[in-house]
Amino acid sequence: MASTATMAGTEPVFHLEEEHAHAEGSSTMLGFWLYLMSDCLIFAMLFAAYGVLGGNYAAGPAPKDLFDLDLVAVNTTMLLLSSITYGFAMLTMDKGRVAATQAWLAVTGLFGLAFLSIELYEFAHMIHEGATPQRSAFLSSFFTLVGTHGLHVTFGIVWMVTLMTQVARFGLTEANRRRLMCLSMFWHFLDVVWIGVFTFVYLMGMLR
Amino acid sequence: MSAHDHTDHSHAHGGAAHGSFRGYLIGFILSVILTAIPFWLVMSGAIDNKQATAIVIMAFAVVQIVVHMVFFLHMNTASEGGWSMLALIFTLILVVIVLTGSLWVMYHLNANMMPGLHDMREMP
Repeated sequence: MASTATMAGTEPVFHLEEEHAHAEGSSTMLGFWLYLMSDCLIFAMLFAAYGVLGGNYAAGPAPKDLFDLDLVAVNTTMLLLSSITYGFAMLTMDKGRVAATQAWLAVTGLFGLAFLSIELYEFAHMIHEGATPQRSAFLSSFFTLVGTHGLHVTFGIVWMVTLMTQVARFGLTEANRRRLMCLSMFWHFLDVVWIGVFTFVYLMGMLR
Repeated sequence: MSAHDHTDHSHAHGGAAHGSFRGYLIGFILSVILTAIPFWLVMSGAIDNKQATAIVIMAFAVVQIVVHMVFFLHMNTASEGGWSMLALIFTLILVVIVLTGSLWVMYHLNANMMPGLHDMREMP
């Protein structure tokens, strides 16, 4: 018995016995970046599905009959503007100006809402014309891809309102700054995905 | 401007760098230009050849994605000790495999299936 106890006591250790210090939240940005990369893979799958199925109209409407490029251009402008206003929110956050940060966040949220409203109007218009997700493989993959992006924007806006409430109550604390930086990455990432959507789905759809 | 940069750097080691007003403005102007040209190309039909137009607008999309990565997401080889760049490269490789692989396989599958379907219909 005694010998096993000493054996256990002298057992070699192959890992660091003490964690070296990590400042709180020091790895959050990298972790959030990894999440964004996994999200990027989700969108890659949806783009691949659209690329494969996008030409199967099942004798239904084609992109040319459905898409209105003027509307898409306005939509893209909304998202681009929201990207730079979020950038301004980050710059004012760096200077510790709470009111200005809140104002820029609100402007960003409004641009996001405008984007969503236009997208929902477009979807409603298409569904009204009978171009529902059930109509053809093209429309199923279109609604899945563009709808998933729209869902991300929706959650981004919910997150923005949450953080504005947080900042209003607790100010620009270290934790709130970190959260705002995560949302910044999320928001700009959605803009990057939208570049793929308007190029591959809308512009190339009109060329077909 | 220099004082501004200084505050950026004092935060930079805690997480991602935030960029500057000038950086955001350059990124915004570049992406407006890189968005407007593809839309104009498709809407006006400036290039007669559709395939050539498709290749040109895809090239614009790639450039714009890089612009967003650099000016808005502040990607560089140094952020997070290079780990975010490594994750990005790994993801891009996967994305390229998924996209080209799916399109390539399914295109050939389609091309090979079509005559088969046709023959089946002619069978008694």
